[in-house]
Amino acid sequence: MVITEKEIWHYLEDVPDPEIPVISVLDLGVVRNVEITEDEKVNVTITPTYSGCPAMSAISISIRKKLIQQGLRNINIINQLSPSWTTDWMTEEGKQKMKAYGIAPPTKNASSDDLFSDEQNIECPQCGSTDTRLISQFGSTACKAMYQCNDCHEPFDYFKCHH
Amino acid sequence: MTSTVYQNNQNYIDFILHLADTNLILAQRLCEWCGHGPILEQDIAISNIALDLLGQTSNYYNYAAELIGNGATEDTLAMLRNEREYKNLLLTELPNGHFGDTIVRQFFYDSFHYFLLEQFLKVKDLKLQSIVEKSLKEVKYHTKWSSEWMIRLGDGTQESHDKIQEALNNVLPYVGEMFIAAPYQKALIEEGLIPDPINFKAAWLAKVNDILEEATLTADIENTYPQKGGKVGVHTEHLGFILTDLQYMQRTYPNLQW
Repeated sequence: MVITEKEIWHYLEDVPDPEIPVISVLDLGVVRNVEITEDEKVNVTITPTYSGCPAMSAISISIRKKLIQQGLRNINIINQLSPSWTTDWMTEEGKQKMKAYGIAPPTKNASSDDLFSDEQNIECPQCGSTDTRLISQFGSTACKAMYQCNDCHEPFDYFKCHH
Repeated sequence: MTSTVYQNNQNYIDFILHLADTNLILAQRLCEWCGHGPILEQDIAISNIALDLLGQTSNYYNYAAELIGNGATEDTLAMLRNEREYKNLLLTELPNGHFGDTIVRQFFYDSFHYFLLEQFLKVKDLKLQSIVEKSLKEVKYHTKWSSEWMIRLGDGTQESHDKIQEALNNVLPYVGEMFIAAPYQKALIEEGLIPDPINFKAAWLAKVNDILEEATLTADIENTYPQKGGKVGVHTEHLGFILTDLQYMQRTYPNLQW
């Protein structure tokens, strides 16, 4: 059986992010490369969202498990730090799924380069209002911040921008 | 593939260990807050910052282990070195105290850490550069968080102002060490392998003074005599207790794994 790189990418569409299971590891943008070597070894290169992200080993295991289920045996998962992950690598579809799940997706250009300013105009995933305020820079995980909507008053998680 | 410039270069290894140890000890301190934060959101924020620092520590230790060879791993470096081998900044081993004490300690380290990493983006060592590139994005959020709290507490009630001003006075002697190069660091600076923290001291000071002014706090950073020694293994009495906690399992049950 000859398997192509395209098929492997396709298999990975079904590997969920362990913390936000509605999006896949491809939606999240952590899979950087898939390569089949001449001796039929599969190299999957992934990059962490955060240095200390505890989900990375879970993601690594899920990818391996998925590929084993597809009959592959010679699998090598490579962890790569640079270029470092950015929320720009998240798919548009992933952002929409995240929003439907109740987490405000990262807004392009929301992150100001000014070291001491907050991310503004974050859209409430419940009612769509942009009249929202920051509660805390850090939410349930390092990749999220806590916001509250000033219109519908619902608190929500915002997936922080990383450029 | 690691270049021979870095392999077996004891100064370089010591410097990477200094970066790792500083993050590890601060992360360990911050973890002491877990479940004890003043409010849930801030308890979570502190743990998240600790997690980022710990992740960065792991990257540095793995790299140092690669340079050292001889079976060194990130675990042996963290768990089996003694107090005098640890090269963390004294600042990071100071006790948590009250929330304001923790905030001041964090503010000085975060702001320094941010400028340091920004300078290190330019190092020639691609491996170190990749760790730095990743860390910088995280530290930006740490700096925002602790700066915001400096302002909130300083420019808050009379009580919060007095408490954080006192915390600031207590921490001040431990700030200068960040800018004093240890002998191994000096050698690397002279060889052009790493930048000198003095290069960004003025920019750092300006930023810190902006925040302090907004927070209605005062600190004469330049004229405070600095306590030093952490970078070369001479520590305050606190580090031994931290390591006793940190290394307990591995020291009590050698080679324990789970």
